[in-house]
Amino acid sequence: MSNKNIYRPQSKFEYTSYIYIFPAFIFYILFVLFPLADTFYTSFTQWNGISEKKWVGFDQYINNLSDKKITSSIKHSFILIIFYSFLPIIIGLLIAGIMIRVKIHGMATYRAILFLPQILSMIVVGIAWRWIYAPKGPLNSGLDFFGLEDVSRAWLGSFDYALPFVGLIGTWVMFGFTMILFIAGVQKIPTELYDAAKVDGAGAIAEFFNVTLPNLRGEIIVALIFTVTLALRNFDLIYITTGGGPGTSTMIPSMFIYKKAFQMNQVGSASSLGIMLTLMIFTLVSLILIILREKK
Amino acid sequence: MNYKNQEKIIAHSIFLLGSIIVLYPFISILFLALSEPGTRVSGFTVPSGIYFDNFIKAWTGGGFANGLFNSFVVVVGVVSIAILCSLLAAYAFEKLDIFGVTPLFAILLIGLVLPYESIVISLYYSMKSYNLTNTHLSLILPQIGLSIPFSIFWLRASFRAIPQSLSEAAMIEGASRFTILTKILIPQMIPAILTLTVLLFMWTWNEFLLALIMIQDAEMRTAPLALSYFAGNKRYGDPAITAAAAIWVALPVLITYIFLQRRFISGMVTGAVKE
Repeated sequence: MSNKNIYRPQSKFEYTSYIYIFPAFIFYILFVLFPLADTFYTSFTQWNGISEKKWVGFDQYINNLSDKKITSSIKHSFILIIFYSFLPIIIGLLIAGIMIRVKIHGMATYRAILFLPQILSMIVVGIAWRWIYAPKGPLNSGLDFFGLEDVSRAWLGSFDYALPFVGLIGTWVMFGFTMILFIAGVQKIPTELYDAAKVDGAGAIAEFFNVTLPNLRGEIIVALIFTVTLALRNFDLIYITTGGGPGTSTMIPSMFIYKKAFQMNQVGSASSLGIMLTLMIFTLVSLILIILREKK
Repeated sequence: MNYKNQEKIIAHSIFLLGSIIVLYPFISILFLALSEPGTRVSGFTVPSGIYFDNFIKAWTGGGFANGLFNSFVVVVGVVSIAILCSLLAAYAFEKLDIFGVTPLFAILLIGLVLPYESIVISLYYSMKSYNLTNTHLSLILPQIGLSIPFSIFWLRASFRAIPQSLSEAAMIEGASRFTILTKILIPQMIPAILTLTVLLFMWTWNEFLLALIMIQDAEMRTAPLALSYFAGNKRYGDPAITAAAAIWVALPVLITYIFLQRRFISGMVTGAVKE
């Protein structure tokens, strides 16, 4: 035992070690854990932000779940997952499948460009796309140019098109990230695995499903967690592009949290929606990890 | 050989197409912002000349001098304090034996996944009760808390990569634990700390919802918040001026990205994988 002390002197337990974690945890407790607990408590009350909180049990949750506008906002979030998550992951996987062993010049430049949407404020991204989709913006000008005047419209002002077109912005933001992630992953797969598949007579498709896909498991989990979380949160982009409109056709839970808490003075209801959003994200992340985790 | 070339051409075409799709919206608003004020551009024509009038109008009309300054103050506060606290904590977690590392880490994991949209309400009322809304502190303090889980995870991984023998040698020579951290370990971690700085800078600079809620005073707005008000203001309804404003706000991150792009990319990709 005394030998251990010579080789790893630090392993001697000391209370002073806690001093090192103290500052970080103070900030974390005061500004993350406490607000979370406080929101949890408020979610069981009726509160307009000024008067006393009135305990109402699960009423806020029940009211939220029976409010058609709220349930449809949750539905919108799931539709956005298709655009933010599934489409970019499918695009990324297909391209990574083609890129096995391809080494090209200029990869660093391509990577820097493809990654660009990740680093910019969603407010900037939203303003750029508001212009693209504007009634006299590039998209409609392009359609007019090809003689498709009948198709052009105010895309973000349309009850039918606003949601998928906001979704496409998400696809645009994410596809570069998934591509870079998966291409980096593919290049780490040992070439022997592909050679072995070739020997077994596997075609390109069999190769993709038997070698590429299973070996990208870790990267797929990361991409899913990252994109699904963003699709469910997503406040900035909706706020700047549609504000949830027209009507409530692009409303999502985080937008309702903001409106209820800061415009409608329904703080209790907003808090319960916040807890619901948190639970949704925790559940989905856990599901992704449980379903895709490596089975040992 | 021919087959190889064909593969390369396909790869280049895919990347080129992807790059054009990514760049088009940016080039489109850049052309729009540089266009002659009052003229209508459709996004398919190259502007007839370069005019900076829109940039000047946006700068003076949107209060972006204030906005960029406020964002800068918030970023410096958040990044420096969050990294300092996280360095100490990550050191203790990885190199000092602490009782209860696993439960403490599980608690940090909550913050990694938590959508902060759900806790901003409570943060707002807490700040209000201490009269801190409309201050830099109301943006700095919560964002330190929110940055800490990722920073600790990130720094702990790079502490782990340093061989134990380094600090053992110093320990035998009688160096204190704090000296080992500052004199021996931190110099080894400069690249990891720099990458973390870049990531936290980007996230803090781009933060929007917290500023939207905490700041009512026009002079205290951060750059993205000033941009959103500007874009919603009818007086500057001209999309060309809004486009110029968006470029002002994007510029600091964009310039940093041009010089440090590999840190941004490797940070986000490996950071995500490490989690």
